[in-house]
Amino acid sequence: MNYGLKPFGREKIWLWLMLVPTLIGLVFGTVGSLLATLGLSFFDWDLINPPQWAGASNYVALVQNKDYIEAFTNTLKFSAEYVPAVVIFSLFVAVLLNRKIRGVSIFRTIYFLPTVTSAVAAALVWNMIYGKDTGILNLLLETLGLAPVCWLCADNAMVSVVIVNVWGAIGEGMIIFLAGLTAIPRDYYEAASIDGANDMQKFFHITLPLVTPSIFFQTLITAINAFQAYDYIYMLTRRGQGNSTVPVAVYSIYRNAFNFFRMGDASAQAIQLALLVAVFMVVMFWWERHYVVYE
Amino acid sequence: MTKSKNKLLADILTYVALIIGAVVMIVPFFWMVSVSFRLPAQQFSRELLPNPFTLQNYVNLFKDLPNQAFFYLTANSFKLSILMVIGQVLTCSMAAFVFAVCQFKGRNFLFALLLGTLMIPLQVSLIPNFIIYKYLGLIGTQWPLILPAFWGGAFGTFLLRQYFLTIPRDLVDAARMDGASFFNIFWRIYLPLGKPAVAALSIFVFKDAWNDLLHPLVYLPTDMHQTTLTVGLSFFQQQLVAGGKFTVLMAGAFLSILPLLIIFFIAQKQFIEGIALSGIKR
Repeated sequence: MNYGLKPFGREKIWLWLMLVPTLIGLVFGTVGSLLATLGLSFFDWDLINPPQWAGASNYVALVQNKDYIEAFTNTLKFSAEYVPAVVIFSLFVAVLLNRKIRGVSIFRTIYFLPTVTSAVAAALVWNMIYGKDTGILNLLLETLGLAPVCWLCADNAMVSVVIVNVWGAIGEGMIIFLAGLTAIPRDYYEAASIDGANDMQKFFHITLPLVTPSIFFQTLITAINAFQAYDYIYMLTRRGQGNSTVPVAVYSIYRNAFNFFRMGDASAQAIQLALLVAVFMVVMFWWERHYVVYE
Repeated sequence: MTKSKNKLLADILTYVALIIGAVVMIVPFFWMVSVSFRLPAQQFSRELLPNPFTLQNYVNLFKDLPNQAFFYLTANSFKLSILMVIGQVLTCSMAAFVFAVCQFKGRNFLFALLLGTLMIPLQVSLIPNFIIYKYLGLIGTQWPLILPAFWGGAFGTFLLRQYFLTIPRDLVDAARMDGASFFNIFWRIYLPLGKPAVAALSIFVFKDAWNDLLHPLVYLPTDMHQTTLTVGLSFFQQQLVAGGKFTVLMAGAFLSILPLLIIFFIAQKQFIEGIALSGIKR
């Protein structure tokens, strides 16, 4: 890039002044706080007494503390159900909307609505829908001659929470996929038609390979969100003292940090979560190198 | 003949699938609105439409909740969301301009570092930030929510930079010939021309701020005059459900999503293009 704007002499100050907020954000908000959390994870600190060196004990607790192991397992389970569901459903909706039919914009608006709705307001009504004796979901089951289900009881809570989270995320995925789909040149389909390909063949040999960049992006974003999912789970499954029917890893982090003031434990758990994201990204980028098709 | 028949069949199947999906997407909204217009005694009625229809729950929302709580919650949500939009638009657009247009040593490194922060989970930065705010005595005030909005951010900077890159460089050269200063090129050329991207970012920031539950929960006191709608509603859930007032709760939920629904219907294009922009031009 030779044509960039070069500040003259004194103007250099402006350049850095305009970057100051971002630099502060990097130091306090993100990069600096990553280092701080890493440091904190080697101490025990309740914010009242001075921090005590704890060595690796907070990390040992990650693999010994049964509650935390359950929470971390729940995060993995939740992600394993949520991520494929979001990617598949939103791709499916996008493919249908990409057919030349009437009413596309109405459907697009409807599917997008949950995305602009706060998880809190949505969860309030989902709580009613899931009601065991009074909810309309069980009414539907009864009409179909099926037994009512206790949707938010321990046995089913995970699935119920996944359903609501997927409901809330399809809209955004749909837009990403629609953008990817409309970028595929029509010529490819026309050429395939001339060669006598049917719709199925076109989908698997043209659409799917060419939409892999969007699948890659959407899977990445969805998984990072999944590891940190909180709002719906909090609103649908909270119990007394900040506990939950479906405690996930972030639940454990927040309880330790802000309810019990065990900053060391919370930091070690947060670092583990960051590592989970990092490992997942490495795997995804490996996958991208081998399977993602760029034109 | 068979071809058009196949096409017709495929179209019908497409509509059936899309309509079933659309019903699932919209039922929670329908139920929320429907319950909010019922008499409290009929909160668990399984009839689809309210019978009789009443506005009483909306009145009670402002009358029954102590100290005009609902009014203050709404005002706080508006105030904080607008401040956050201002902060993000200002600081992200300045950084985006520098990254998109300027040449200087370390630019690529800084930009890569900034983008890398997208990978850092929120939980990681929350802990040290909480500690800093605690030592500054800011826990229980609205500052921990406002300040970070004025620190820029990877998402907004990236979004605006992508857009700024599409603005022709000739404009910069021409402005330079006319003796425009560095800051003026940003303020008078890039910011006005970047309007579509700025609009998209504003909507995203407003939406995230309006819907945020975690930060108000962690930083603000559970005082209905200081906290936001999301925290207030989650607090009322426990109170009102215990008191059997689902109808009032649904009225509150509906009013809380109404501003965003209105913005969405007005600015649907910006919403959707913004998401597509952030997705494609990685």
